[in-house]
Amino acid sequence: MDDAMNLLDFWIMVTGIAVALACVIPGVLLVLTRQSMLGDGISHAVLPGLALAFLLSGSRDMIWMLTGACLAGLFTSGLSYLIVRFGNVDPGAALGVTFCSLFASGLILIRFASDKVDLDPNCVLYGTVETAVVDGVINGTIPRVAWQAILLLLLNLSVLFFFYKELVMLTFDSGFAKSKGYPVGWMNVGITLITAITTVLCFEAVGSILVIAFLSIPVATALLISKRLVSIFWISGLVGIAASITGHLMAVFGIPGMVNYFSSGALVIRSLSSSGTMVAMAGVLFLTTLLMSRLFRLYPNSQMRTVKED
Amino acid sequence: MITPLLGDLLLLEWSQLMRIVRLEDYNTRMVFLGTATFSSLGGMVGTFLLLRKRSLMSDTISHATLPGVGIAFLFLYGFTEVGKSLPLLLLGAGISSLLGVGLIQFVRRWSRLKDDVAMAIVLSFFFGVGITLLTLIQQLPTGNAAGLEQFIYGKASAMTAGDATFIFIAALLTTLVCGLFYKELALLCFDRDFAKAKGLPTELLDFILLLLITVTTVIGLQAIGLLLVVAMLIIPAAAARFWTHDLSKMMWVAMGIGLISGMGGVFLSAAFPRLPAGAVIVLMASLFFLISMVFGTYRGLLLGWLKHHRLSQRIRLQHLLRAIYEWLEKHGQCGDILDDEFGIHDIRPFRAWDSGILELSFRKALKDGLIETSKNKFRLTGNGAREALKTVRHHRLWELFLIRYADTAPGRVDRDADAIEHVLEPEIIEDLEKALELESQAKRIPTSPHFIETISRSANG
Repeated sequence: MDDAMNLLDFWIMVTGIAVALACVIPGVLLVLTRQSMLGDGISHAVLPGLALAFLLSGSRDMIWMLTGACLAGLFTSGLSYLIVRFGNVDPGAALGVTFCSLFASGLILIRFASDKVDLDPNCVLYGTVETAVVDGVINGTIPRVAWQAILLLLLNLSVLFFFYKELVMLTFDSGFAKSKGYPVGWMNVGITLITAITTVLCFEAVGSILVIAFLSIPVATALLISKRLVSIFWISGLVGIAASITGHLMAVFGIPGMVNYFSSGALVIRSLSSSGTMVAMAGVLFLTTLLMSRLFRLYPNSQMRTVKED
Repeated sequence: MITPLLGDLLLLEWSQLMRIVRLEDYNTRMVFLGTATFSSLGGMVGTFLLLRKRSLMSDTISHATLPGVGIAFLFLYGFTEVGKSLPLLLLGAGISSLLGVGLIQFVRRWSRLKDDVAMAIVLSFFFGVGITLLTLIQQLPTGNAAGLEQFIYGKASAMTAGDATFIFIAALLTTLVCGLFYKELALLCFDRDFAKAKGLPTELLDFILLLLITVTTVIGLQAIGLLLVVAMLIIPAAAARFWTHDLSKMMWVAMGIGLISGMGGVFLSAAFPRLPAGAVIVLMASLFFLISMVFGTYRGLLLGWLKHHRLSQRIRLQHLLRAIYEWLEKHGQCGDILDDEFGIHDIRPFRAWDSGILELSFRKALKDGLIETSKNKFRLTGNGAREALKTVRHHRLWELFLIRYADTAPGRVDRDADAIEHVLEPEIIEDLEKALELESQAKRIPTSPHFIETISRSANG
């Protein structure tokens, strides 16, 4: 039993780390092109995709669900792009209009689908990493979500590897990239595509909130520290890893331990949602970095100054 | 999936329908009142938010309520072991979303990070903390914690008189604040820098705006649900933008759209209990958005396409007339060159026409009575000659102006003039004449300042 628990913790952390790293790659691109909320939009808007996939295929098979969700994700960003392009609407508002409408139609579709089978929106939308990992650990194999996240990470890494130069140019100066003859429109479609795939594959495993967090928080933390793209990738990856490990430890040992200690045994709390604490830890890391960078900017070179005064 | 809906419709009797429409059910009446009030309030406040380019802030604010709810519950649990007191839970929700708003402001001030990242960070961080707290609460030895989420992110169909009154009073207060700060908020939304230069406390005004959004969100969350709040703050305002550029009119339109979708949604979901009210309301608003986007009288697509089509048609005709004139100028033999005849292939070399455009322009000019035809040859009509003279004159005046005052090389001037000549106003023409000292020969066409190139292609090319 104890061994199984350790194995469970191990795979939860591995999945968390893989998800974090896989999210960092589209995350950097989204933050630099000022579309950070796209992950949030997509994770809401996949609902009609899931419902339609179910209604059309009649099965809750993984492959159908993923296809439906990916298509819905692409549809979201395509539709909001069209609204921006032709309706001249503020991009944020366009995204909001799109994902709210899609989510609403998803709710109605699910109501009809539920005549046939129980398809709880909460279950579909907010997976939790613990329950997702349990299956594989009990069977003694690598949990599906873990290898899924690792495959996704490899996919994103190869995209980054092959298109690094183009992506750099696009994110820092899309006008220049266009003048150099790069197909900027298609490259944006590509960014959206990997964002949609990443969001869908990850949130099915670990819950949408962790995906939204890992798409933005580690990258923002890195941007506080560095201006170079390469180090931004490295730092955000490290932040993601740190948040995954500390987050899970907090969920399993930290917070329950504290609660049990301070209530002196009156309350017995088992482990909490690891997704939630991973997000919370990422947020704490970000806030700490923000405060530190603020202090450094307020008192730059404080040591140098004392040396000079001497 | 349509069949069950039709089934509902068939089962729905007329008397039942009238009961719904006349609001005879107590429950329907309350839901109706609350939803309608909230939806129009959303349209009003959302208009400011849209113009401030922060529509997604509503999404962040609504997610940021969660930890406040959790903490308020824990707090109450610690003291009373009950935990569920609606006003206090809502207070907690309000405080925590205000903290979220404050954090966004700090992130923006203390770093180079932009609005969208700050919103995504606060949204996920607060929601993550909230989820952690909820999983903690679920393990407390109290049956009360179950369904806390549903309790907070309620359903429209379960609204009571108290909820409706609460929404109504809060909406009145919010409207009052909006009215008090209307001018300042308008200035903030349209030009923040100008507002700052005028000495307005823009930070404070931003905070007031977000406070309004927070109040709207919190009252809406409990009564109507998380998704609906965000949607009703964004969609009606975005739809209204297609109809007008006047802020007060836009607010009325947004409120109207919100109101109608709110009412329609409640009626529909009362008639078809299968349909969730919140989702129907949102979809009605989306429908309004779609209609506005296509048919809007200020920024609508149809209007835009029509305008664009007319302009490009005018430009094509003017190109044609100028080409005709230039050919006549070169090859004309009669006393008045404008009376000469020309063929379609004579005109072709004077411009790089896209395929088919020349023929199209000829057809349009014939229809408009600018040219007339006989035996495969064409002639300018009186009207056409006048238009041709005017067009060529505008073009050459502008060319001369560019050469004299803008140091444009004569070889390039044709291109540059091409871009502007179609939109020259009469006053500008007068100014040009004065600047170029052409008064004495006011009606004459200046000679072209450059050699008129023709494109040599095969005759049928």
